[in-house]
Amino acid sequence: MTTKKLPMRAKLATSATRSAAALSRATGRGDGSVIGGRIGLMIDPNLLAELASGRQIVLISGTNGKTTTTRLTTAAMSVLGNVATNGLGANMPTGHTSALAKAGPTPYAVLEVDEHYLDQVLDATHPRVVALLNLSRDQLDRAKEVAMMAALWRESLAKRDIQVVANADDPMVTWAAQVAEHVTWVAAGQRWHDDSWVCPECGATIERMGDAWWCSGCTLHRPVPQWTVQHDGVVDPTGTYHEVKLQLPGRVNRANAATALAVAAHFRVRIADALARMTEVKSIAGRYAMVERDGRMIRLLLSKNPAGWLEAFDMADNVPTLLAINARDPDGLDTSWLYDVDFSPLRGRHVLITGDRAMDLAVRLTVNGIAFQHVPSFGRALASVPPGRLEVIANYTAFQDIRAELDRVN
Amino acid sequence: MSTDSQLRLVWVYPDLLSTYGDRGNLLILAHRAGLRGLPVASVEVRSDQALPVDGDIYLLGGGEDGPQSLASQRLLADGGLHRAVDRGAVVFAVCAGYQLLGNSFYAKGTECRGLELLDLTSDRGPSRAVGELAGDIDSRLGLPRLTGFENHGGRTHLGPEVYPLARVTTGIGNDGQTEGAWRGKILGTYSHGPALARNPALADLLLRWATGSMLPPVDDAWPDALRKERLSAVAS
Ligand SMILES: [Zn+2]
Repeated sequence: MTTKKLPMRAKLATSATRSAAALSRATGRGDGSVIGGRIGLMIDPNLLAELASGRQIVLISGTNGKTTTTRLTTAAMSVLGNVATNGLGANMPTGHTSALAKAGPTPYAVLEVDEHYLDQVLDATHPRVVALLNLSRDQLDRAKEVAMMAALWRESLAKRDIQVVANADDPMVTWAAQVAEHVTWVAAGQRWHDDSWVCPECGATIERMGDAWWCSGCTLHRPVPQWTVQHDGVVDPTGTYHEVKLQLPGRVNRANAATALAVAAHFRVRIADALARMTEVKSIAGRYAMVERDGRMIRLLLSKNPAGWLEAFDMADNVPTLLAINARDPDGLDTSWLYDVDFSPLRGRHVLITGDRAMDLAVRLTVNGIAFQHVPSFGRALASVPPGRLEVIANYTAFQDIRAELDRVN
Repeated sequence: MSTDSQLRLVWVYPDLLSTYGDRGNLLILAHRAGLRGLPVASVEVRSDQALPVDGDIYLLGGGEDGPQSLASQRLLADGGLHRAVDRGAVVFAVCAGYQLLGNSFYAKGTECRGLELLDLTSDRGPSRAVGELAGDIDSRLGLPRLTGFENHGGRTHLGPEVYPLARVTTGIGNDGQTEGAWRGKILGTYSHGPALARNPALADLLLRWATGSMLPPVDDAWPDALRKERLSAVAS
């Protein structure tokens, strides 16, 4: 473990970061990771680099699955020693600063990075491994277009000598990552295709058949993966199959586990040891946890964009399902994406809708031919379903609202 | 309507012109036609395919600069959309699709030739227009207020041969004064994505233009509730 001394200014900034975070938590204004990091960075703009130095760092980025993959990777890496992480999802430099300050000196850090900040955080932290999960449309009134995002990633990877772990099933991620000198390809899957029909290299159409994909106009094609998700497990680079038993549902979480295993393998973590730790992960900041309330067993699924909704339908059990939609700042103000999601997997279920923008959802479901019941609150939703299971799928602030009603379930 | 009495909806180049929710307009037209018992055929035509000329309603969506100029070039070379319009087909276009129906537009800093189906030109505005859009629709169309969400960096200048679709009360639209344009059976708007979700009467106008007949009313309780909520959000 490193005992490298922080310079005086960085020390001061680190302690300011910690006390501001503690104050923010004590006054109930949040978990404090953003405000603390902001104060620390104000005192020492170089603080993130100072705190990162001496640690072996993993960065994890992509549109979906960042928080879960960060948690699974952190679990896998904990086989080796203490791991700092921004597990609460504060994924911009202020959040990274705060997480590292709070953790104190650790030999390892696994950080979730907002895809727009990847270049900046690469600069500050000099990671040993970067994992790139996927790219798809997300909050259009703010986010950069998908192809532009891929181009930014590509540019920042081209100028660095860095080990990348990337999703071979996502043409945008593949194109961005293929410029890196060392890439481990993971066949992590791509359920959502609608942002990668046009080749980012030449503009021709991407063709698909089975698992394969290739550009009809240039040489871009699916790389041969070293890690593959198969059935209920993962096949490693030697061709050995490992059953993956997670407490988290869905194929997409097995894919996240495959990425975590591929990252941990670069640190020589044994797969069996990594899997044993990953199996202990029950929920991620309220996601996936089963909560009992008034005789209803409620599970919360978070979906922030069309690709995420498709994954949620895959994870959801065939039981009464509450959909909750807001369009506040953190969600993006536009609800157009509802028409990019095909809700027909929910047909035949008892569907309830709620949230600030339930009316947008009502029109969407009508056009989709899905019967639903509008409820003004989460409480009314509970009263409207019989005792037993209730599945909740919500976007960001709607999820947080319902999580608060369930006493901030973890 | 075409002779086989199916209403043919043609989504033009979804591989180039499709951003968030653009599919919604196609789904809503098909849904509302279905409610009136009209058989519908929805066709998605990719940019490497010839555009059929026997469609009843052609839909053009939004897109980024590169795909927008490519779509315009291919539509000019194909000629199918012009022939369809000559046959009396309906065209409904949003955002980038709306701009390319005009005489010229800007993509990646270059002036591009448009399809010259609407007398208008587009260029870049000083700022991006993002947010709720509302306005009073041209009284000749006999429609209630327009409500939508816009997200574009363009400004559009109307020539004498087109009518503005609406007078803006909230948002930017073409230039802060007017929004969208129409002439004959061609109609364009900056209300992006599923514009027709919030404007079912506009969807019915397109269906009326295409079928040449009046349509029986349908239960619009949910779309009406959505309209009411959105219009009161911009009124406060
Ligand atoms: Zn290509």
